[in-house]
Amino acid sequence: MNSILFLILAAIAVGCGINVVLQTHPISSALSLVGVMGALAVFYLQLGGEFIAAAQLIVYAGAVMVLFVFVIMLLGAGKERKTKPRIWVRWAGPPLLIFFVGAVAYVLETGLPPSAPVRFGGFDGGTVEAIGARLFTEYLLPFEVTSLLILIAIAGAIVLARKEID
Amino acid sequence: MNFYLLSLIKTAIVVAVLMHTLAYLQWIERKVIAHVQLRVGPRRVGPHGLLQPLADVIKLITKEGMLPSHVSTIFYLLAPFIAVTFALISIAVIPFGPVIEVGGVRTGMELTDLNIGVLFILAISGLGVYGVALAGWSSNNKYSLLGGLRSSAQMISYELPMALAIAAPLLIFNTLNFREIVAKQGFYYAKFIPNWGIFHSPFPQILAFLVFLIAAFAETNRVPFDLPEAENELVAGFHTEYSSMKFAAFFMAEYANMVTVSCVATLLFLGGWQPPFPAEYGSKYIPSLVHAAAGLLCFYHAANPARPLDRITLPVFGVLSLGIAGLFLIPAVQPILLPLFWFGAKTGAILFLFIWVRATLPRFRYDQLMRFAWLFLFPLGMLNLLATSLAVALTAK
Repeated sequence: MNSILFLILAAIAVGCGINVVLQTHPISSALSLVGVMGALAVFYLQLGGEFIAAAQLIVYAGAVMVLFVFVIMLLGAGKERKTKPRIWVRWAGPPLLIFFVGAVAYVLETGLPPSAPVRFGGFDGGTVEAIGARLFTEYLLPFEVTSLLILIAIAGAIVLARKEID
Repeated sequence: MNFYLLSLIKTAIVVAVLMHTLAYLQWIERKVIAHVQLRVGPRRVGPHGLLQPLADVIKLITKEGMLPSHVSTIFYLLAPFIAVTFALISIAVIPFGPVIEVGGVRTGMELTDLNIGVLFILAISGLGVYGVALAGWSSNNKYSLLGGLRSSAQMISYELPMALAIAAPLLIFNTLNFREIVAKQGFYYAKFIPNWGIFHSPFPQILAFLVFLIAAFAETNRVPFDLPEAENELVAGFHTEYSSMKFAAFFMAEYANMVTVSCVATLLFLGGWQPPFPAEYGSKYIPSLVHAAAGLLCFYHAANPARPLDRITLPVFGVLSLGIAGLFLIPAVQPILLPLFWFGAKTGAILFLFIWVRATLPRFRYDQLMRFAWLFLFPLGMLNLLATSLAVALTAK
């Protein structure tokens, strides 16, 4: 059951991911990216990371991508024109792609230590309570430093975006 | 019983009830607004216009579905689908009553009991923006685009105070599961004050409730925050180019969102299906009393009919009400019906508030809307969250 669901979602995620690049219209690409994020959220859920799944939907699909779509609409970006690929790209591209995919697969297969296969439902540290406890004890310093960083970024954005007062 | 069979039955019941609620919510809205404005509202189709929703549905289905030539076809067709899907999904995690036992089968009165129910609702409501934004953009029409942009900006802005207002009671209840949240509101201070979210120690969440309600009005694009469809500036906003069932999908999504936020407000702040005072003071007779009073009122008006037809229609409703009143007295069905009654009553009260406000308040200007969200509602929600965390931290054992 879990494996079938995983395969279907993996197909959706990869299909949407390829679609992000292939689409000529920015809105189509952005929506495909939302599809990728939705599929990722279900992956997290399958692996027992329920909080991270919800956060993925709320933050990425619900807030970040909505802002992307919003900006695309405001700017009125139109369809991109497809240019004809150069001759050497057309001939050398597919072999190079196959080579690099093969190389990555080879390194992952041989270079990494053999690990136990992922078991669905074998992890239970993803509940809200568990993550909250870890964040406020073990990872307190990184957590606070990150929030400070975001605060600085927000202040910087405000300074950059404010109107010059004459 | 088989899990799948049970889920199918529950889904069928919830869908049937939800769809009828959506249809009749619209009838109630028209009736209430009409009475506020000293009109009678729809009353041609069926007794007191009760079949008006059916007539509307037939009209919308049989209407020609126009596809304007200047739209981006895929997104134009996708948008109402997205809007209505995400509006209807949220109802799956709302519990309507406690765990009950029917014919030897134990089951909770909800479709699924998620331990991150509150987060799920937040996630789904965040995705609902896409329907409106896409509808506005794909219509290729300046009014639609402005409506869609206004709507997405408004929903993003008001999501913040809404999330802050939800976070404060969660600090007190210490769980994200709706069933546990309601269970923690099932006690009474001094034996008669319910410890619902709005009264709960250590810090009553009345402020959070108000912030949540106001943000909910904005999230569902209702008056006084219905800028996305301000007809005097934007024709009909994001659904200007939509007709027939595609338009009905947006309409349905708006009402489904209203029902969902009312349910969430009931669960988080108003104690879910817990009665407002304990059963030993007779709270289990309230439903019977209310229905019996309604039935007797019907008979009284049938005896002095204002219109000739009332002589026939009102006694029918009177008998129905008295029958329901009797039903609430049967001990075997009380554990099922009483929680449903209280949940329905509280949700219905909030829905009535939505309609009441629509009949009463004028619309905001857009800059007022944004200033209100960022300079008043957001700081208020933040202060409430801070005060709540302080109170929770000080009283923690």
